[in-house]
Order: sequence, then structure tokens, then C-alpha cells
Amino acid sequence: MTKIVRTAATEPFKPMPDDDMIVCRCEEITKGEIRKAVYDGMSTTNEVKRWLRCGMGLCQGQTCQKNVQSIISRELGLKIPDIGQITGRSPVRPVVMEVFANDVLDVHEEA
Amino acid sequence: MVTVAAEKKKASLIIIGGGVVACATAYNLAKKGMNDIIVLEKKEIGNGGSCRNAGGVRQSARDVRELPLAMYAVSNIWPTLSDELDVDVEYVQRGNLRLGKTEAHIKTLTGITKKSTDAGLDVKMITGDEAREICPYMSDEVIGASWCPTDGHANPLHTTLGFYRKALQAGVTFISGVKVNGIRKYRGRARFVDTDDGVYEGDNILLCAGWESRAIADTVGIELPIIREFSECMVTEMEPDMFPVMLGTAESDFYGGQTKHGSFVMGGMCGMEPYVSEKDRFITNSVTAPCLSRGIIKYFPVLKDVKIIRTWSGWYDVCKDKVPIIDNISEVPGLTIAAGFCGHGFGISPATGLAVSELILDGESHTIDISGLKYDRFRAKA
Ligand SMILES: Cc1cc2nc3c(=O)[nH]c(=O)nc-3n(C[C@H](O)[C@H](O)[C@H](O)COP(=O)(O)OP(=O)(O)OC[C@H]3O[C@@H](n4cnc5c(N)ncnc54)[C@H](O)[C@@H]3O)c2cc1C
Repeated sequence: MTKIVRTAATEPFKPMPDDDMIVCRCEEITKGEIRKAVYDGMSTTNEVKRWLRCGMGLCQGQTCQKNVQSIISRELGLKIPDIGQITGRSPVRPVVMEVFANDVLDVHEEA
Repeated sequence: MVTVAAEKKKASLIIIGGGVVACATAYNLAKKGMNDIIVLEKKEIGNGGSCRNAGGVRQSARDVRELPLAMYAVSNIWPTLSDELDVDVEYVQRGNLRLGKTEAHIKTLTGITKKSTDAGLDVKMITGDEAREICPYMSDEVIGASWCPTDGHANPLHTTLGFYRKALQAGVTFISGVKVNGIRKYRGRARFVDTDDGVYEGDNILLCAGWESRAIADTVGIELPIIREFSECMVTEMEPDMFPVMLGTAESDFYGGQTKHGSFVMGGMCGMEPYVSEKDRFITNSVTAPCLSRGIIKYFPVLKDVKIIRTWSGWYDVCKDKVPIIDNISEVPGLTIAAGFCGHGFGISPATGLAVSELILDGESHTIDISGLKYDRFRAKA
């Protein structure tokens, strides 16, 4: 990971006209909330996600991650690889627990 | 915006590791006026167990040596922590049920319960029907449970990052992306911290890098009997409020509960862990989530239609005798170690932060008794 030095903000948070725009649709997180999280010290894609839940919803960031990353990187003046990405995890799509639980069934028995 | 400060490599205290223990300790120290601190984290804040755990805040089934930390946290810190940190840490104190389906399970649970009641805790065995009154969604297969009404759960992400944010605001410097390789003494005291970003220097050093503390302590000749143990978790989609209790089972099929958000966070092991977890990345195994799902459905058939949206993994920081090491190291003056929380360090972390801050400032923990957690308590068989 890139070295990132974090210290307390020295200037007050500056609101922006489009802060109300929703960026993460699953969890309804706005651009302003993401900017404020960065202002508060969250400095990687994972940290912002864990603080706000953007990328933790049903789509797991497949829709919004790029936009979230570009907001964070712009606020920090860092490149996207510096702030990392959220880890891609199984399952790729939501899976019903009962279906998951069935993996031990012998398919031949079923037939 | 976060301003990137001029190169700072020297401080009164260098903290190694950026987990909840580091953040809570830095916060407590800064609150007492000591904020000349640099925290060094190899990846990002909360990269270890601190942002991978299931959020259990439990006093029951705790070893008596760490019970004082758990009791202090539950009585004096958790109830007001959201106000203190200015973020909802989602602490709920609605009890912990440990479920049993067979006579053998009940025997196990009765044994654990007795240990907790002997230590003065309000835990008791209840019948299956009593358990179903507390949590109506439970299957009839449950014939009994242990019940600790003062246990609960909280949001580990908000807690870890909440302590981090407050410490940052109070003047602590956090540097991520710097990996510590070792500690060096100068004139008999711990002084230098060697990293892949050069040498950092502190009047005092706190080592709290989870299971990875062992290799770092080794560089100053201190052997920590801590190993890592692989464990996985999964989270469901959002559901209406069903039950606020934290759950576990005698058989350890799974543990977990429903979060404020509505999702269920459930963790556990598939039994294959020692043979599949040699990688250093946080992989997940294809067999674990199905295994946990089977466990959960047996106890809570109603959850069978709920969707799993994510799985993840982490390392338990397991110390030889299942309680952590929290102590000043006499052979290495200036060095304090807090590590090896054995997969249950989150619930006590607010109290750990207080105790460690006293160890560093005053040389001893006077508010909470941690005398059973000394680093030199380990002995070979007689
Ligand atoms: C799956 C899982 C479920 C759990 N469930 C619960 C629960 O329900 N209740 C509970 O109380 N506890 C639970 N725990 C345990 C709990 O999460 C840990 O005990 C606790 O988070 C330990 O905090 P820590 O700050 O000591 O360590 P960590 O959070 O592991 O922090 C250590 C930090 O040090 C960093 N680091 C390591 N090596 C270096 C280096 N060389 N240089 C720089 N930085 C380094 C790591 O990146 C990491 O960020 C669980 C753990 C896991 C894995």
C-alpha cells in the first residue's frame, strides 16, 4: 500500500453544491457524506466503505465503486491505486442460504 | 481535507499496528494530554481482526483473568461510547444465548455457565421453551441454552474508525502503508522502529500488531506464544428486525446476530481451517459459507430464504492460554505489548485502550485489574 500520512484537518469542511447527489444507490450514500468521511480521516476505499457502508449493499460496490474511488482520490489528491479497492468476494451475486447449504447433496441422488 | 504533514518520524510514543487496540489506546492517551504519537499501520486502519470481527461484546464464558476488562467495558464504557466518539457504535445489550440440541451440548453449556457464575456473573441455564420466548424464530430442536442478559454486540467498523477519528482530531498522527520489521534498543531502552520507510524513533513503543506482533517482539528477544487461526464470516441482505440477541451454539456451528442495519452477520469455522489457510491473503473457502448456512438453518429454519451477499475471513490472534498479553516488558524498558486477544478482543477493546494508556503513562493499570495478563506468565511443563 502507498504511504498515507493522516493528521487532523486544519480547515473547516467545505460543502459543495452537488453534495446531495446519491453515489451508492444500495445504501443511499451521498457525495457529501463521502467527502465528509475523507475530511474526517477515512483515507482508503475500504475505510470509507466501513465508515459509511457505501459498497456494502446488495451490489457490493459493483455499481458505485469507481465513482466512490474517484471522489476519495480527488479529495486526497492521491491516485486510485493509492487508495485501493474493496476486496471482491464470493458470492458474486446474492445466494439464498438454503441453496448455499445444499452443496453436500450428491447430484446423482437428486436425479 | 486531510493535509499531508511534513515528514514526522520521531514522537513520544510509536504505536505499531492500526487496529482497535491501537486506536482506543491513542484516543485514551490523547484525552489525557499525550498526543505526540505516531501510529504505524502496514495497510489501512482496521485491516486486521478489528474490522473483520462479528461484533460480539460478551462477558459470559470469559476467563477470570480478563473478566475485569469485559465487566469494566460493559458497565462503564460501552453504554456511552456512541456519545463519546460522536458516532453510533450500535451497542445493544440484549443478551447472549448459547444453544444446545443434545444432552451432551447441555452438559458443555452447564460447565461453561458454572465457570461464569463462579466468577460472579449473571448467567444461567434455561430450557428450550424459555429460549424460544427470548427468540421465537428458533427451531424446536433446541432443548436448552445458556443465557447471559448483560451480553450484547456493537459495530466493530464504527468503533475502530470512531476511536481512530477521535484520536486523529486530538492530534495523533497515523501513517498507513508502512510495514514495521523490528524494534531496536538504544542504551538499554526500546527506541528505534525499523520499517520499510526507514527508521522511526520513540521514547516509548507500543506493540499491538495482532498475531503479527510475535515476529516483531522477537527482534528484541521477547517470545510471544501467539499463533494465528483462520476464521470466516458472512453477511446476509437486510431483514426486518427479528431478534436483538447475540447467538452462539454449544457445538460452535456458528455465532452471530442481527445488526442495526438489518443484516445478519454470522461467523464460524468449517473444520478444515488448519489445512486450507496457509496463504497470507484473506482468502475465503468455497466450503465454509455452505457449512455455516447448514448450521444456521438447523437452529433458525426461517432464515433459509435469506440471501448471503458477502463472505470474508480474518485471523484470530490466539495466545497459548486463551487470554491476551497486556504488559510493560521489564527486559526492554520503554516497550509495552498488547496482543493475542484470542478472537475475542473487540468486546473488551474500549477497556483495553484505557488500561494500556495507564500502563504507558503511569507504569501500571490502576483502574482495571490486568495482573493476570503479564507477558512472563508462561512456563514449560514442570
Ligand atoms: C472472524 C473474526 C471474528 C471475531 N469475532 C469477535 C467477536 O465477535 N467479539 C470479539 O470481542 N472479538 C472478535 N474477534 C477478535 C477481535 O477482532 C480481535 O481480537 C481484535 O480486533 C484485536 O485487535 P488488535 O488491535 O489487537 O489487532 P488487529 O485488529 O489485528 O490489528 C493489528 C494491526 O496491525 C497491523 N500490522 C500487522 N503487522 C504489522 C507490521 N509489521 N507493521 C505495521 N502494521 C502491522 C495489521 O495490518 C492490523 O491492522 C474476531 C476476530 C475475527 C478474525
